[in-house]
Amino acid sequence: MITHYPVLQVIIPLIGAPLCLLFPVPRLAGLFALLVSSLAFLVSCGLLQQVMVHGTLVYALGGWAAPWGIEYRIDYLNSYLLLLVSSMSTVVLIAAQSSIRRELPQNRQTYFYTAYLLCLTGLLGILATGDAFNVFVFLEISSLSSYTLIALGTDRRALTASYQYLIMGTIGATFIIIGVGLMYMMTGTLNMNDLAERLPEVNHSRTVLSAFGFFIVGVCLKLALFPLHLWLPNAYAFAPSIATAFLAATATKVAVYVLIRYVFTVFGIEYVESVLPLQEIFLVLGLVGIFAASVSAIYQLNIKRLFAYSSVAQIGYMILGLAIGTQLGLAATLLHMFNHALMKGALFLAIGSVVYRINSSQLNHMAGLGRKMPWTMAAIVIGGLSLVGVPLTVGFVSKWYLVLALLEKGWWLVTVLVLISSLLALIYVWRIIEWVYFTPARIHLSEVREAPLSQLVPVWILVIANIYFGLDTSLTVGVSKLAAQSLFGLFGAAP
Amino acid sequence: MNLAPEQMLLSAILIPALAVFGIILTGRWANIRELVSIMAGLILINLVTGLYQIVADGGLIAYQGPELFSGLTIAFAIEPLGMLFALVAGYLWLVTTVYSIGYMRGHKEEKQTRFFACFAVAISSVMGIAFSANLLTLFIFYEILTLSTYPLVTHSGTIKAKLGGRVYLGVLLTTSILFLLLAIIGTWFVTGSLDFRDGGLFDSSTLGAAAVLLPLYIFGIGKAAIMPFHRWLPAAMVAPTPVSALLHAVAVVKAGVFSVLKICVYVFGLDTLRQLPTTDYLLYLAAVTVLLASIVAMRQDNLKARLAYSTVSQLSYITIGALLATSAGVVGGAMHIAMHAFGKITLFFCAGAIMVAAHKTEISQMRGLGRQMPITMIAFFIGSLSIIGLPPTGGTWGKWFLMIGALDAGQGVIMAVLMISSLLNIAYLLPIPIRAFYPNDDVERPTGIKEAPLPSLVALSVTAAGCIVLFFFTGPLYELALAILS
Repeated sequence: MITHYPVLQVIIPLIGAPLCLLFPVPRLAGLFALLVSSLAFLVSCGLLQQVMVHGTLVYALGGWAAPWGIEYRIDYLNSYLLLLVSSMSTVVLIAAQSSIRRELPQNRQTYFYTAYLLCLTGLLGILATGDAFNVFVFLEISSLSSYTLIALGTDRRALTASYQYLIMGTIGATFIIIGVGLMYMMTGTLNMNDLAERLPEVNHSRTVLSAFGFFIVGVCLKLALFPLHLWLPNAYAFAPSIATAFLAATATKVAVYVLIRYVFTVFGIEYVESVLPLQEIFLVLGLVGIFAASVSAIYQLNIKRLFAYSSVAQIGYMILGLAIGTQLGLAATLLHMFNHALMKGALFLAIGSVVYRINSSQLNHMAGLGRKMPWTMAAIVIGGLSLVGVPLTVGFVSKWYLVLALLEKGWWLVTVLVLISSLLALIYVWRIIEWVYFTPARIHLSEVREAPLSQLVPVWILVIANIYFGLDTSLTVGVSKLAAQSLFGLFGAAP
Repeated sequence: MNLAPEQMLLSAILIPALAVFGIILTGRWANIRELVSIMAGLILINLVTGLYQIVADGGLIAYQGPELFSGLTIAFAIEPLGMLFALVAGYLWLVTTVYSIGYMRGHKEEKQTRFFACFAVAISSVMGIAFSANLLTLFIFYEILTLSTYPLVTHSGTIKAKLGGRVYLGVLLTTSILFLLLAIIGTWFVTGSLDFRDGGLFDSSTLGAAAVLLPLYIFGIGKAAIMPFHRWLPAAMVAPTPVSALLHAVAVVKAGVFSVLKICVYVFGLDTLRQLPTTDYLLYLAAVTVLLASIVAMRQDNLKARLAYSTVSQLSYITIGALLATSAGVVGGAMHIAMHAFGKITLFFCAGAIMVAAHKTEISQMRGLGRQMPITMIAFFIGSLSIIGLPPTGGTWGKWFLMIGALDAGQGVIMAVLMISSLLNIAYLLPIPIRAFYPNDDVERPTGIKEAPLPSLVALSVTAAGCIVLFFFTGPLYELALAILS
């Protein structure tokens, strides 16, 4: 059983998704989805534990040996992210039970859970697989299902948002498949490890160079790197709150993973640096993204859009960590992927509760809500402080390591800019706090009550995780460093 | 109580934190809630006194907490300077609690439970700052202190409070994130350590980095209110008066200058500090702050605003004491932490008492008030003397040692600044009680005003008496201050 964990990780939600449709009552489908996600979570716990003990796990799908068959390869990096995705999915699904019932019409709820599980399958598949083409397949599964999730939003603008994402996402996916195709043409293999071995022989050719170019641009579209982020704010703003919480916490992180995996494992950092000034490009795009998106966030009137722009800015930090190009910088990126998932998960779930109660995510409708929904608002405050990077939260840990990596590299100016940018986060978080606590209510709030317990519990699980992993960093920092070490160590670039 | 010293140390931080829960749980019954605050205050005084006895006997108390990052732990250790700060804050918390009970009820303030709860969080973090054994711990509690005092500053919930809160949080968080955090990470990067150590962390090879880091620290500790990062202090005056009294005359601002002193002594070390090229510039900046803030204070008609600017000026005395980098300067700075605390809290208590009893906030309205509120005005007079530094009040000693420190360092200019500042203090503080007792004849004497509620009156009499007691019994304080450098 244990030896089959790598494939079970993906198979369980894949089978669960169509089974959801068999349930006559949406409520049961929801509970079933929760069960499936919990199983996936348990499997990922087992996987991480296995990897910690035995090192990299290799699983040949269907018993076909590696270069011909599809291989699943679980190392520090993806077991850590598998755990992240499956745990976030499970926590979000707890809150989904009541939230979806309120936000979606009865006849669409089952479809929501089906699409949700498919999306989970796709994300877990991307992480688990060691096959370049398989990545594309799962990427499409997760993308198509997330277009569905977004389009299920009741606001009619959800349709255009989803369509916009569909266009951009398809361009991204096409670029990725072109990249994979070109690589296959040159090497005759799709297995990542095999690719890594064979690419150096042909990497002077233009074909590999264009494969790399297509691939990087495609992935950057998926991960919403500034200025390819335009699909993201609308998609997050108009999707059902639960879908936003899930996608914000997981989808972009998985895209960042794909980027890291290809840059470090498949192409190798030495090749990447020899053909493209990727460090400089990432440095500039990361920094501009951080500032542009943070400033946009300050001016948003809708809290979902506000945090969507904040997500774009946070992706900038992750890219900045990559731009540093050292082991510590990579570890900072990996750490921030985990920590940012915790922050945004907590924040978007809490916003889901707000929408549940007041049926709006406009900031001015939230005026005076501090009194009515004290626990939910406290969660937003703590999540926001974590975003700013206040000590005792995960945000501080991320910032600490990012700044340390920048100093190690000797980039003083960038360090100062990063610290300044966290003040922009302070401004947009503080705008919310002033609306919520200091402005008299604008709409009729007398019947508004605290969110139901079924939503408060998952929100606070994540809030407490924000604080817990801000205090006990042994898991997050430990695994991030191990993963960064192995990514650098295996392929011999200078640390 | 039979606690081990380490347990006493932790309890000093945890008791106020636990009191928060007690306060929230008993929030519905005001009397019981206040009893919880007072009990916690008494226990805390007991604890810090016990700790003081151990420290005075030369005992070492340290506690190693959980590891936060690799090689960086949350750790506490008591050294004399922290002990002194903890003593001051611990004793004055109880006094302020008593005062607040009278004030908040007399003023019929709302949301009193939140008020007392946040107050307790603030004191807990002050204890954390005082006992911190490394810069990381200090920074964590420093930020908690900022955040926990924000609801207190904006207590009234009005637009004015919101704007004041913006400045408060804006300046304090900006400076701490932008400069202090950078300085701390920079120190970690350069020296590989964040511990407070005798003689400092920097050696001759890292002097250049130290010269850059020093201004980052001095500006980063916004709570020390050195210009141009002083604006938060006057802005914080929208808070209820007990908050201004304990937090913005004692706990928060003293946490700032305490951090400055502690970092100068234990991160840089006085020998290193003397060699840095940036020290002198910062010293003169502090001197400029002393004078400018005093001049601004003279122009304020609002009593709390005047006291706020006076605080800005007095805080820079302590920064000067640290930057003089002489032993007398450090002793003077440390003593001034205690002396100014008692003097300024008395003045704020009086301002609050006048507000509650007479509903007056402007100095020009306070003429002739001495007849109706004699105790308050006498206390105000004593507090003023202590701020100015005249015998028989404790403030004399702080200034005395600062003067000697300036002399030792050969800084004639600083001596002159300190003297001029004393004159300015006289000019902006003493007229208030004098006019209260001897108004011009053409002023109509206010009628129908009585003294403030009894708890408030008791509290301000206690602190005023404290100012005088500290003049005659300075021994323990002086020995603590002297032990900082041994």
